[in-house]
Amino acid sequence: MSIEYSNTELLAVHASREMVGVNTIFAGVGIPLLAALLAKHTHLPRLTIVVEGGSIGPEVIPGYLPISTNEMRISHRAQQLVNITDIFLLTQRGFLEVGFIGGAQVDQYGNINTTVIGPYEKPKVRLPGSGGANDIASLCREFIIVTKHERRRFVPEVDFVTSPGYLQGGTTRRDAGLIFGGVRRVITDLAIMGFEAETKKMQLEYLQPGATVEQVVENTGFDLLIPDEIPVTEPPRANELEHLRRIDIDSRFL
Amino acid sequence: MRTGDFVEARRRLQEKSLAATEKLTTLSQAARLVKDGDHVAVGGCMFTRTPLALLMEILRQGQKELTLSKNLMCNEGEWFMAAERVEAIITSWLGIGLPWGISRILRENAESAEPKVRYEDLSHMALGLRYRAGAMGIPFLPTLTMLGSDLMDVAEVKPMTCPYTGEKLSLVPALFPDVALIHVHRADAFGNCQADGYPFMDADVAAASTRVLVTAEEIVSEDVIRRQPERTIIPGFMVDALVEVPFGSFPHECHGLYRADYGHFDEYVNQIHEHGTEAIRLYLERYVFGVESHEDYMALFDREKIEELVQEAAMLVEIE
Repeated sequence: MSIEYSNTELLAVHASREMVGVNTIFAGVGIPLLAALLAKHTHLPRLTIVVEGGSIGPEVIPGYLPISTNEMRISHRAQQLVNITDIFLLTQRGFLEVGFIGGAQVDQYGNINTTVIGPYEKPKVRLPGSGGANDIASLCREFIIVTKHERRRFVPEVDFVTSPGYLQGGTTRRDAGLIFGGVRRVITDLAIMGFEAETKKMQLEYLQPGATVEQVVENTGFDLLIPDEIPVTEPPRANELEHLRRIDIDSRFL
Repeated sequence: MRTGDFVEARRRLQEKSLAATEKLTTLSQAARLVKDGDHVAVGGCMFTRTPLALLMEILRQGQKELTLSKNLMCNEGEWFMAAERVEAIITSWLGIGLPWGISRILRENAESAEPKVRYEDLSHMALGLRYRAGAMGIPFLPTLTMLGSDLMDVAEVKPMTCPYTGEKLSLVPALFPDVALIHVHRADAFGNCQADGYPFMDADVAAASTRVLVTAEEIVSEDVIRRQPERTIIPGFMVDALVEVPFGSFPHECHGLYRADYGHFDEYVNQIHEHGTEAIRLYLERYVFGVESHEDYMALFDREKIEELVQEAAMLVEIE
């Protein structure tokens, strides 16, 4: 029996499954928050969600998903509300295990660009900027990228490193002073990717149901490391989809 | 002022009166404390607890060549760009929110041959630390954030080797804004301010700034403040002007009192999609330049819709 689901639902389900044994998560609005709420429902009932606006341990009323990480909807039943700078200082101290980031461009070392397409001084497209993305990528114990798999997004080298992945690979992240952290996974609608231990180059790890290696290669603008055996992920389960749809009742994000 | 000049910043602060006098005044008098060329730091975050009544009054008065700073800038940043009142914007992000897409005026400015507005990028935490350093009266704070990224090349930040551990650090310089604009839930006549919900960076923004202008949803007696002093985020001696403005953040939101009006944002952005950034100027004509007071402004909104937003706000802070 096959179940229908959207790409966004697929991403949220896999982002949620990535959270194994996680206690604290730095979640942005949209897919990361949906994934965190799903994880709380399925396998991490005591997960502490931390949100950029200064909210620690909030809950969400189904149908009242927040659009900004700083609004009332994501302070509902919170355990603590603190100064935004202090949320990031907790992250710098090492209390946040996993962070999630999206991005306009992602490169083979997991660097992310949300600042400009083209040169900084003369951009072709000016994007909104870092927000807290740089801080999450720099300071969480590890982070996960969730994005659509498109050739124009997966570029060999980002035009601007807004949020650091493994920089130029190897030990360059560590050498730049980022002693901890890095990208654990890149989750897309076509595949789940990790990073090779030494070179820190992106490698294919799983295919999403129905996707092919050729499709992944075609939609990636750089040479992805491709192992011989590539397992296929388990499709979203009925109970996962049901819960997601209950939270996002008016399909604002799904 | 030179970057991070804590000595000059302290001199300026020491010139101002710290007397615990009544600070109550009108929106118009308060906004007059903003001068051409000032660095105006905006409290709140995104569309929450934004001091919109003050920002609109400044737009009406016409102060120009301003620098505007805010942690995450919402559509008020677009208004000052459209009205050609800002020289520079210091923020980590500008837009309304994910569903409303990229700011059109931000793009037009940055992608033009000669951008009119200087846009200073940095990370959200880095800006927070810049206000914090200002609030601490020191020239900079060390951090790990932004290391290795291209923000190190374009943001106001310097790298350094830690004298204790030998590790790399980034140093972000203090910001000492000329004026802070803050909106809170309640204050007494002497300017002791309490905010419910998120504190955001408001306490740091106020302490870092030379002058502090506050709007409060409600002016309360001293006793109300003294009964719960732990809720006070800004002490009266920091405050230069205080105005009672119910719905002073609307259509942005105020914790527990009224929710942001997403529908109003939809309409604002739809107009920009349809007519380009000229729509922002038309919006200002209608909602800012076309009204004389905040009461007139509020009369432009549907009362039933406001009531709905008030009810949702109450529901969100309720704990059964």
